[in-house]
Amino acid sequence: MMGVRNLVISLFAFLIGCAGETNAPPTPTFHSEGYPEKLSDWGNLIAADGLLKLGYDVHPYDLATPLFSDYAMKLRTVTLPEGQLADYRQNDVFDFPVGTVITKTFYYNESGDGTVSYGAPGKLVDASLPLTGTRLVETRILAHRATGWVAIPYVWDEDQSDAYLKRTGAVIPLNIQHHDGRREAFAYVTPNQNQCAGCHAPNNTSRELSPIGPKARHLNKASTYHDGFNQLDYWRFAGLLRVTDDQAQSAPSNAVWVENHKDVSSARDLDARARAYLDANCSHCHNPKGPADTSGLNLEPDALGPALGLCKVAIAAGDGAGGRPYDIVPGHPDKSIFVFRMESTKPSEMMPELGRSLSHAEGVALIRNWIETMDGNCT
Amino acid sequence: MTRNAILRPSTSGMHLAATICLAAFLTACGGPDQSARDNSQKVAEKATSTNSGNDYQETLMTALLDAKPGDVINIPAGNFSFNRSLSLTVDGVTLRGAGMDKSVLSFKGQIAGAEGLLVTASNFTIEDLAIEDTKGDALKVNEGKNIIIRRVRTEWTGAPKTENGAYGIYPVQTENVLLEGNVAIGASDAGIYVGQSKNVVVRNNRAEYNVAGIEIENTLDADVYDNIAINNTGGILVFNMPNLPQEGARTRIYNNKINNNNTRNFGVAGTPVASVPAGSGVVINSNDQVEIFQNEIKNNNTANIIIASVFESGISQDGMTDVFDPYPESIYIYDNDMAGGGKSPDRMELKALKTLKFGPLGALPDVLWDGFVDPAKLVGGALPDAMRICLQNGAAELINVDGPNGFKNPEIATADHNCTLENLPAVTLTGPLAEG
Repeated sequence: MMGVRNLVISLFAFLIGCAGETNAPPTPTFHSEGYPEKLSDWGNLIAADGLLKLGYDVHPYDLATPLFSDYAMKLRTVTLPEGQLADYRQNDVFDFPVGTVITKTFYYNESGDGTVSYGAPGKLVDASLPLTGTRLVETRILAHRATGWVAIPYVWDEDQSDAYLKRTGAVIPLNIQHHDGRREAFAYVTPNQNQCAGCHAPNNTSRELSPIGPKARHLNKASTYHDGFNQLDYWRFAGLLRVTDDQAQSAPSNAVWVENHKDVSSARDLDARARAYLDANCSHCHNPKGPADTSGLNLEPDALGPALGLCKVAIAAGDGAGGRPYDIVPGHPDKSIFVFRMESTKPSEMMPELGRSLSHAEGVALIRNWIETMDGNCT
Repeated sequence: MTRNAILRPSTSGMHLAATICLAAFLTACGGPDQSARDNSQKVAEKATSTNSGNDYQETLMTALLDAKPGDVINIPAGNFSFNRSLSLTVDGVTLRGAGMDKSVLSFKGQIAGAEGLLVTASNFTIEDLAIEDTKGDALKVNEGKNIIIRRVRTEWTGAPKTENGAYGIYPVQTENVLLEGNVAIGASDAGIYVGQSKNVVVRNNRAEYNVAGIEIENTLDADVYDNIAINNTGGILVFNMPNLPQEGARTRIYNNKINNNNTRNFGVAGTPVASVPAGSGVVINSNDQVEIFQNEIKNNNTANIIIASVFESGISQDGMTDVFDPYPESIYIYDNDMAGGGKSPDRMELKALKTLKFGPLGALPDVLWDGFVDPAKLVGGALPDAMRICLQNGAAELINVDGPNGFKNPEIATADHNCTLENLPAVTLTGPLAEG
């Protein structure tokens, strides 16, 4: 596998050779302590020449069904320390070595009048994201230090030249145009550093920070960035992941969010799509050890019955109950608390509690359909 | 009107001085991270021009981010506005204001965050400040040991209404917890809510105009004493809810004043407290080993004490795990000063019951029990002595409203409950909360 990785590195070197030294990809620098002031201090992502350039050995990836974040498009990357691999885990996040850096950049398409919009995340060109017509909003770094993972939020400046450390978060007013032409103004809120742990500490007892996305079931899909590869295979062949044939072949996979799930023909069945959505959007808190275990609601892929919310009364939902009797009332999305909390944008009612100011119409439609097709009565 | 005037003296004009004061404090305590902090603030200005005018929000957020175990973060007197929630993740931090009417954190303009302050840490102390008008919960502590919350005021400053946040003071999955001297006003669920916790003392607090004044839920070993719970929908609640990691037991409620809890229920339909009738003094629901003694419990219009099973709230059996025990057992009520309750019950069936059985000018008895008994626990047709509901309270009467038979034959059943139970041990706070 290392051979393949070297091959990839050689290929990068070849590209540099063609492009000339001035266009050399940036070299990532791992910061084992402190909070560097600028994103460019890390070297994993650099804005220059109208491009967001990925550094050497900075690998883009995406997830089968991602977390909704106010329709922002996302560029995720992973960088491992030289000569080291992550270890495969079937159900948990992969075991990454110290020195690993994961980045997630949130961006929109932007029109001349400053209105943002969204679509399928852009393909990379020569390991770069073209910035023409793009509005970069924030980049979050997860760095695995000897003391554990640390989350460091950066916010892009107005001229899009670099992103700056913003540990207390920020409120960024945006106007967004939806696919149906509807426009709305909203406050895009970046998290403060403690709030990163609100999602990235999925075990509320140990409270150790960790990545959430790089799990087998989220990555096991056709690669968006490397045509013809399954993404897990790419991680393996590129020397990122230590995984056996058996493990790779029996890896779980979540349903893929295809064009906001409108293209049902190419997607998995409704139950698989709904469970993938709940997994990606909810289970980092709603798992048996997570901060939302106080509710007794578990939205990991294997949860069943009342734990999954069927006919389950809310424990401490407050306004979030919305006057509805149970989390899920089979056949009745409009009586189900799930749908109410997903539709709401009020801080006291909405779920997830953080990370969105808008409601995800397509996600709501998915969960509506799912509940609508359920049989049963709450007796 | 009067309560607001008492609780919120004007603090206008203090903001600037307060901010400077805190800045000075932070500088004095800088330590090795000072340069990083300076950098972040310098850069912050550059990165978020949209955020000007939130000086104190930035200052306090940064102080919380940089907190180290052992730190005391002082919040000066003043009225400070926040548009996003605060959070603390570091163990061993004390957050200290200048007084619950002096240091006021206002979340009236909040746009994000399900609470005002979220703490996920142990060895946490918060004291002498107020948290007002959060969109969701005011102060939530989610999992931690050795938690002290004292002389904190959580308040929704308008009228009691459904749009108010759910919980005022809300420790959940905590252990070894002291809540004392707090004031909780206007919560649309519970003013003071202790959930899924262990070893808890709640004393000298005042809870007013909440749906539930003080609620102990799925908690093991709680002592609730010397509190005032007035003008709530229900004064003090001891509940067990299904599907949670821990079922509660052993709560002592004593020396409290639990009066006039007659505020209409403004809870959100679908939440468990929305089923609490207005006019409830003490409500025990599905919990075991509860001792209620030497309280003043007066003028609660539905009943001074209600003992109920979760069956009575009509929730789905499908949505309940089989292991959940919905029957309230081992309940001991004695030596309370009860009067004036049951004159105007909240629900139509209870109104009818009152009028038919006690006359239009009559009243329901002090203790109202829904009558559900676990058939699996009966021995020779009766519950074992240790599991009974026992009443030793002078002239106070108990009515069994016959819930299992659709409330067909409600009967005064005081004589059936003429028994005693072994007293529960006092809660002993341990470690850093141990009292000489």
